[in-house]
Amino acid sequence: MAQPIVTSTGATPPAGAKAAFPPFQTETFASQLLWFAISFGLLYYLMAKVALPRVGAILEERSNRIAKNLEEAQRLKEESEAAAAAYEKSLNEARAKAKAIAQETRDALLAESEAKRKALEAELAQKIAASEAAISARTAEAMASVRGIAADAAAAIVERLTGQSPERAAVEAALNRALAH
Amino acid sequence: MADPIHQFELKPIFSLGRIGGSEIVFTNASLFMFGAVALVTLLTMLATRNRAVVPGRLQSLVEMSYEFVASTVRSSAGNEGMRFFPFVFSLFMFILILNLFGMIPGGFTVTSHIIITFALAALVIGTVIVYGFWKHGLHFLHLFVPSGVPVYILPLVTAIEVISFLSRPISLSVRLFANMLAGHITLKVFAGFIGMLASGLGALGWVVGVLPLAMTIALTGLEFLVAVLQAYVFTILTCIYLNDALHPGH
Repeated sequence: MAQPIVTSTGATPPAGAKAAFPPFQTETFASQLLWFAISFGLLYYLMAKVALPRVGAILEERSNRIAKNLEEAQRLKEESEAAAAAYEKSLNEARAKAKAIAQETRDALLAESEAKRKALEAELAQKIAASEAAISARTAEAMASVRGIAADAAAAIVERLTGQSPERAAVEAALNRALAH
Repeated sequence: MADPIHQFELKPIFSLGRIGGSEIVFTNASLFMFGAVALVTLLTMLATRNRAVVPGRLQSLVEMSYEFVASTVRSSAGNEGMRFFPFVFSLFMFILILNLFGMIPGGFTVTSHIIITFALAALVIGTVIVYGFWKHGLHFLHLFVPSGVPVYILPLVTAIEVISFLSRPISLSVRLFANMLAGHITLKVFAGFIGMLASGLGALGWVVGVLPLAMTIALTGLEFLVAVLQAYVFTILTCIYLNDALHPGH
């Protein structure tokens, strides 16, 4: 085992005789090449058919997975952004709606109170007019009775003074003259 | 002193008998080659057994090797080069593990044998030539005739291109072989100095022996670097040559 290969050919070198430098012993080349061809061929076959496709598949699966996860993350991000936008939108809508409702209510209340006020005013005006009409009717009535009373009083005074009752027409004419002043 | 060449000796384990005048012997080198194949296969299979989406340590190691070789192939030979990815990955792992096996004390450096590195280089250049002609036909010869070169210096340029192409398998194999061989011899020589000083100079030798010891430690670190770097250099040059086969009209 511990002897140089040249001894295996049967020719034991004499003591002291140097064997050729091992890498240049041409008689070993054939067997070296044969075992190289077998071992390297085997390695190439195993790498090309088994090992490298396996490593390649693992790497490809990883890159696919990463790409898929990134895609998923992007999708979720877009989704959350859309949700945020929708929330913002509905918030704005609700705000606008609340504002509109408040405005509407205010307007309605205003209109109602205005209408009430107007109705009240109209009622009051009507009442005032009615009262005024009543007053003026009464006044006219009173004035008319005043004239009658005055005529009666004047006729009674004249009767008491003269002892005879005056003509009604004369009394009227005298009253008209007195009222004209 | 231990012989610095001893570590490169092939030791027969069993013989298959003679085929065509050469004895076919299974040696320690053969054992280490099969050991590298077994290690790489076990490593990749064991690391990927869970097919985890979040990788553990071992799976990360294998994935990093995969990505590293894949990016080297893509950057040098483009996406079409990925058809050679299993070949380049096998080359890189095979050379890397064999280089690193050589760093195990008592181990054997298969890549310090020129016939193995030459076989690897011939495999690469053979692949380039066969694929080049198969894919591009005679158009592959445009590799030697760069476009945009004036006609009167074209023969010279073509000659240079042919020579540079032919020298590729030699430079590719000798670079790896010489680096591994020289590094391991240097390491062994410096390590041998420690023993020589200790046994030769006694107590003084033990003290002075610290110097080669420090050198041996530093060289060991360097050799690890060389082991990885040469595997990478071989791989990247393979990718560049394969690029010629894929795109000959440069």
